[in-house]
Amino acid sequence: MSNDDTIPITIEFSGGLEILFSNQKKYNLPLPFKDESGEPANVAFLVRHLCDNVMEDPRKELFVLDGTVRPGILVLINEADWELEGEDKYEVQKGDHIMFVSTLHGG
Amino acid sequence: MPPSPCALCKVNRALILRPKDHSKLCKTCFISVFETEIHHTITTNALFHRGEKVAIGASGGKDSTVLASVLKTLNERYDYSLDLILLSIDEGIKGYRDDSLETVKRNAEQYGMHLTILGYDELYGWTMDQVVEQVGKKGNCTYCGVFRRQALDRGASRLGVKHVVTGHNADDVAETVLMNLLRGDLPRLSRTTSIVTSTPSASADPASDTNIKRSKPLKYAYEKEIVLYAHHKKLDYFSTECIYSPEAFRGSARALIKNLERVRPSAILDVVRSGEDMAKLVPGSDEGCGGACSKGVSAAEEEEGEGGCGSAQGRSTGGEMASVEAQLRQNEAAVDGHLETEITTKTINGSGKQQEACAANGKKAKKGIVPKKSSKQVMGQCKRCGYLSSQEICKACVLLEGLNKARPRNHIEVGYEVQDVSLNSVRDELDATSIRRD
Repeated sequence: MSNDDTIPITIEFSGGLEILFSNQKKYNLPLPFKDESGEPANVAFLVRHLCDNVMEDPRKELFVLDGTVRPGILVLINEADWELEGEDKYEVQKGDHIMFVSTLHGG
Repeated sequence: MPPSPCALCKVNRALILRPKDHSKLCKTCFISVFETEIHHTITTNALFHRGEKVAIGASGGKDSTVLASVLKTLNERYDYSLDLILLSIDEGIKGYRDDSLETVKRNAEQYGMHLTILGYDELYGWTMDQVVEQVGKKGNCTYCGVFRRQALDRGASRLGVKHVVTGHNADDVAETVLMNLLRGDLPRLSRTTSIVTSTPSASADPASDTNIKRSKPLKYAYEKEIVLYAHHKKLDYFSTECIYSPEAFRGSARALIKNLERVRPSAILDVVRSGEDMAKLVPGSDEGCGGACSKGVSAAEEEEGEGGCGSAQGRSTGGEMASVEAQLRQNEAAVDGHLETEITTKTINGSGKQQEACAANGKKAKKGIVPKKSSKQVMGQCKRCGYLSSQEICKACVLLEGLNKARPRNHIEVGYEVQDVSLNSVRDELDATSIRRD
């Protein structure tokens, strides 16, 4: 894929979620510019992309439930709660920092 | 969506949407509001008195780390004049607790607090790794929960501290409320909603283990905000799951709470408040404190039901969730009776008939799921260790006896037989204890 077809973004997992992502907290990813149906890539597409292409752990349900991020996992888009940004409909921009933080794990 | 300005300062970009009231706040205002609300909880409930020495039950996880950070901040800002120390319990689980204890050690340095780590091996002669080797992965959470409960009190006592604070948050309390509601256990619901629990001392001995006050300053704080506070303040915390209960955090009560929050974020605090209101309706709900506290209830009694493990000490959520799930499964098919017998017997204090019935059915009635007879219990001291107990011998000593009896046989019998032996001996001991009481 050429650079024109992808958006460079940074993904971070914390609060225990990194366990599901090969214990790697930070990923610099090229995200396809358009989703499966040719629409601009949004967070919903990003989550699907992470599930299908990045996550090696088979327990997908610990990250995604009923087609969206599992309740109890916070999503921060450039530090802001995703609920302030349109949740999974937020269209991913070049250089975005998107963080998934689990509140479900203990110490 | 265009960025919204902060509802308070009207200047900075809002980064946080508060679950309790949907207000949009910037980072600085959020941190300030969060701390002020904890301060309000502390002052309206008169949790502390000046000069008090307070131990923070610290696991290295998000809740206790935030608790330590906020208490340090408030202690300085509002001049509480508290002597804050960290108390950690090492269950002896390699690859789990040893990692999180490293976080606690860093926290101790970061916050300038004295840290004491107390191990199960030191207290009981058994690490959880050894317990699991003996009893298997199933049911080991019961041991861990019972041991941890006493461990914090014993640690506090050793340090000359009369007050232990734990990181229980609003989500934890809401979850407990729902679970006790689902179990029909209003007496326990009443006890667990209390922000202060106090173990009335059975003796006048000031060195006694049992006279320890417990409180939950984060009781009204959302888990979401605790995590966001930790994130925005860049606090150093550790997240992992206990290797012996990796599925615990998928528990149904927790999932229910989180789903409710997604639909209506205020639901969590509403459940907490409903729990408090229901508690007021429970007959005799004030009698649990044994007269030693005005608004508190017996800590030992409260926790007696929480035999589960926790993903963090002082947190019983993981185990409780697991036990609800376990209970649901058990209702469908009551099989595999050996473990449950052990737990059942502990569940009913002095209620021999019910105990026999459960044992006969081979039903898995897990500790804390069968409602206790009432909130009225006669609290005495364990004849072996002196810890507060409603039985002649406290649960930890009963469990230890079972473990110790089986220990020498460990070397001559094969694994699964050892397991049976240990559980049977626990059950026998529990039977005996119960009969003596009757």
